[in-house]
Order: sequence, then structure tokens, then C-alpha cells
Amino acid sequence: MLIDFFLHLKASRLPVSIKEFLTLLEALQQHVIEYSLDDFYVLSRAILVKDETNFDKFDRAFGEYFKGVEALPGMDVLIPEEWLRRAVKKHLTDAERARLEKLGWDKLMETFKQRLAEQKERHSGGSKWIGSGGTSPFGHGGTHPEGIRVGGRSENRSAVKVWEKREYRNLDDSVELGTRNIKVALRRLRRFAREGAAEELDLEGTIAGTARNAGWLDLHMRPERHNAVKVLLFLDIGGSMDDHIRVCEELFSACRSEFKHLEHYYFHNCVYDYLWKDNRRRHSERIPTPDVLHKYGNDYKLIFVGDAAMSPYELVQPNGSIEFNNAEPGATWLRRLADTWPHAIWLNPESEHSWQYRQSTSLIYNLLGGRMFPLTLDGLARGMRLLSK
Amino acid sequence: MRFSGSETYVATRDLTLAVNAAITLQRPLLIKGEPGTGKTMLAEEVAASLGLPLFEWHVKSTTKAQQGLYEYDAVSRLRDSQLGEAKVADIGSYIVKGVLWQAFECETPSVVLIDEIDKADIEFPNDLLRELDRMEFFVYETREKVRARHRPLLFITSNNEKELPDAFLRRCFFHYIRFPDKETMTKIVDVHFPGLKPALLREALEVFFELREIPGLKKKPSTSELLDWLKLLLAEDIPPEALRSKDQKTAIPPLHGALLKNEQDVHLFERLIFMARHNR
Repeated sequence: MLIDFFLHLKASRLPVSIKEFLTLLEALQQHVIEYSLDDFYVLSRAILVKDETNFDKFDRAFGEYFKGVEALPGMDVLIPEEWLRRAVKKHLTDAERARLEKLGWDKLMETFKQRLAEQKERHSGGSKWIGSGGTSPFGHGGTHPEGIRVGGRSENRSAVKVWEKREYRNLDDSVELGTRNIKVALRRLRRFAREGAAEELDLEGTIAGTARNAGWLDLHMRPERHNAVKVLLFLDIGGSMDDHIRVCEELFSACRSEFKHLEHYYFHNCVYDYLWKDNRRRHSERIPTPDVLHKYGNDYKLIFVGDAAMSPYELVQPNGSIEFNNAEPGATWLRRLADTWPHAIWLNPESEHSWQYRQSTSLIYNLLGGRMFPLTLDGLARGMRLLSK
Repeated sequence: MRFSGSETYVATRDLTLAVNAAITLQRPLLIKGEPGTGKTMLAEEVAASLGLPLFEWHVKSTTKAQQGLYEYDAVSRLRDSQLGEAKVADIGSYIVKGVLWQAFECETPSVVLIDEIDKADIEFPNDLLRELDRMEFFVYETREKVRARHRPLLFITSNNEKELPDAFLRRCFFHYIRFPDKETMTKIVDVHFPGLKPALLREALEVFFELREIPGLKKKPSTSELLDWLKLLLAEDIPPEALRSKDQKTAIPPLHGALLKNEQDVHLFERLIFMARHNR
């Protein structure tokens, strides 16, 4: 009973669980409501949806199911391009990614957006419009080898990407960090944060313990709550990092609450004479890098987050920066940073396999003595292990 | 047991349905909503209208889940032991019962309010999972198990300051109290000020909803603030016409301090009125 309804909600990406569904059935069995669709709507919402931000999703799903309203074409496509791009990329293997160069990312996405704008009504078949069937790269059920599927169910499995979730993704700790597994990542960071921390006197525990001991002093110690580990975070922002910026910010905001001593600076591609703290005011409020070098002691752990993808000239040539004329090459600056803070690692959102193919990445990899880790759960754990040594 | 609003509390159909479902299935009901929409009031009203005792647990940032069950007062036991009191031997006399224990012990079914659960530590809801599920807990000091005689009716309010864990949410029903529309608002005011002149009420509500529409207000006035304001208007005996002078833009509503609680908001509001005057 109502199993289709439940599955439909699940398919609409509402976080509903079987337990909640059974509760709903129990409520129906106990005649909490009369036979009215309105009441059923309220009841099922109270039981199944636990966050008002999901109400809209629920409304749509409920409407679709009970009124047989067809999902509006384009409804599920009102997604920022940034997301789209990332989402699409996730579903590609490296080989496919290479093949895709045939059409090119920007062109594919641009055409896709253009079609969306042009398209006014439902479309089926044909070779240009977004719709079902046909050989257009957009829509679903088509046969174009590199199409983007929009809604619908996969029919001949040839579309390069499918919008449906990949359910087991989160179990794989080699995938890049997302909102779902950030909590696990956080736990690994926390472990790093608490490790090696000094102990302090647990006053409450001591009082309670002494009282329990009928007055004999019973000292209790506990690990210091806020860890002694100090972290400097250097985040690459802009340019080729735009793809990864969200992942970085998630990691960054996760870190922020974890460390008491956490300082962050932004740079672009590579560190040169200046850093900045607020990306919106990066041109007016720059901080000279030497100041930063002198400000923090060498007990700080340095974590770069960046894709290390740039022109090799930016690293090895003076004036190689794409933004301003730097007197010293990026590599000199990086070496200087690594000398000041011997505990340094580089987290790279790009997949580990692709590092060797990029000149700049392997340059930095060598500069840091191989202390570059992918921005995945596994990579994070490895990096933190190294840092806490 | 069915709840259907009360003389002093107007409950929408959605809300009564959610409350009744929670009563029937004996699940906790999680209430969210804008501040001042009567989240905390709900538990009090349900308890009053069903004639059940109410146990309130107001959560603070330092509140621990354990405190709702019981606390062991080791310090006074230590003091008593040094004074040589006889009751020291019985550890049970130093166990202080918490809100949930009191509710579990209650002879009749009861209502428990856990107010502002989002203020507490992030692990707080998780620490209560089993207790709320099974309605029982274990007292380690005295080796006794406390089990609820009647499953208490549980209301939990949250202001969305922290996200609650999924496992906890799965066990609750959820209702989001929307800000009341004009019709409901009239009913609410009616309940609180039965003798209010219709003209004054209409004018006041219009001013109120207009004020809520002003973009950029830090804190929009809520139901409870409207009620306070009306109380003041009545006390000052302000005629309906004064609320809306001929040129509506030039008038600052009298006693607007009751509606706008934030200095910046008052500034913004006065500036807007000044600009409106200037443009004339």
C-alpha cells in the first residue's frame, strides 16, 4: 500500500526512510485522518519531511503523484551552471572525459543552455532539441554518444551522463569530498586536531571523583579540548580552481570550527608577493607574503588547497604570474614557505592519476617532496597522518 | 484525546492534525517556525486543554542530556559525609530527578516540552535517542531502571540554529508553523482582545503587515509583538484614524517601539519615512 508513493518520494530525492513510511501506515491504520487528500497531505508531510527546506520538493512530488501532473519540462534543469558542470563531470570516466574533447565542455554546456532558452515546449524525437528519444546530445533516451540526459529513465544506457544519483558513491572513500561525506572528513580532521594535545586538569571531574572517594583527592586529567595544533590554510581561488571551489569551501568551513588556531589566506594559482584574506576585496586588502612568513611560528602546519594546475612559467619564470609582475618565480616562494613551515602538505582536488600528466603539478609535487594528497577521504587521512607525525 | 485549539490559542488545521497524529501514535512532535509564532505556547495550551500536567525543560548551550534524566549531587554527599549525617549511606538521596524522570513517574499521562533543543550541543539529541524511543533509562548509581508509566506527549521546539541529526528526526513528527495570514491573524487577535473595535483592528493589521513587507528589516515583527502593540494601543486609547493619517507615508505608527525591537530597524524605518516625505 502506497509503496509507489513512497518510492516516488524517494525518487524525488526526499530523505525519507522506511521507518517513517511504516509510521505513516500506522497512522492510517489508526484512523488519524478521515478520507481526505488534504489531510493525507498534511499527515504525510508531518511524518515524512523533517525540514522545511524540503517542503517544496515534497509539494512537487506529492502533486506529481496524486494529480498525475507531468513534471514540467525544464523544471529539473533550473540548476546553476556551476553545479551542472560539476555534476556532469562526476559521471565521466577519464577516458570519456578525453573523448568529450570532441565537442568540448564549454561548447556542450553553452549549447545546452542555449537550447534550454530556445525550447518552449515538450519535445520528442528529432536531433536538435532537448527531449526524449532522438539523437540530440540533450534529453533522454537518445543515441548520441556524448549526450546530456535531462530527466527521464535511462533507456539504452548510451547517454554519457545520467542525472540520477549514484547510490553507493558515499561508500567509496576515493571519491572527492562532497556535502555527504564531509562529516567523515571532519572526523578525520578532528582526530588530527585532538592528537598529541596536552592534558589539562579536569576540575569538575576532580571534584566529582574526590567526592566519590569520600574526600581523598582524586585528580582527573583530560585531553585539552582545544587542540594545540596550529594550522595555516592557503586556498587557491579563481581561475582553474573554479571547478573545485565549492569542495574547497566546504573543507574550509569544516576546518574553521575544528581548529582554534586556524588562519586562512587566499592565493591565485601560486603564491607570490601578496596574499589576501577576503576574496571580494582581494585587490584593496592584500597582505605581503613576507609579513605572513614572519608572523606565524614554525610550529604551524601549512596546508595548501589547490589544483596546482597552471602554466609551468608561473612556477619557474620571474614575471610568470598571470596577474602581476613577480620579481621572483613561484617556485622560490613555495620553497620559502615550505622552509618556514616544515610541516606542509598540498591537497589537490584533481584525481591523483592525472597529476603526472601536468607539468606544473609534478613540479609542485617535487617541490614539496611528494607531500601532495588528493582531496578525498583517503587522501585527507594520509595527509593528516603525515602532518601529525 | 484530541486537541482542537483552545480559547486562548488559535491552531490551524495543519497544526491540529499534526498534534493529533503525534498524540495518537505517541511520537514526539518537532515544532519549528519563525520566532513569536507560538511554538512554546503550543505545549502549554495542549497540556491545559487536555488537562495534563506539563513538564518543561528549557535547553541552554550548556545543557547535557543527562540532566533531563537525573543528576548525582556528589558535592553535597561529600559535605554530608564530613558532617557525619546518617543519610550518606544511601546514595539514592543524592540523586536529583530531572524533567524526564518526573514525567515518567507521573501518575497520569503528561506533556513534556523540550524547548529550543537546537541551543544545546550537537550530540544532545543523539544522547536522548533511546530514552525517547523506549521511554526508559538506567540509573547507574542506584542500579535501577526507570520506565515511563505512561508515554508522555513530547513537544520539541527548534529555532534552526543547528541541524538536528537524522536518526533523531526520523523518530519525530514535524510541523513548521507558518506565519499566519491575515485571516488567521484576525482570529488570533480576536482570541486575545475580544472587545477590540473592528476598525482599529483592521487598521492595525494593515500597518502591521505593511511593516513586515519592508525589505531589509533585521527582525520582522511577529505575532507576539503584534499582540503587545495592540495592548499598548488599547491602553493609550488611540483612535483608529491616528494609525492611518491622510497621507499614509508620512505617519509613523504610534508606539512602533513595540513592533520594531532593533535599533537599526527603527533607523531604517524612520529613514524610509523621511524619504517618502521628501519625495512628496
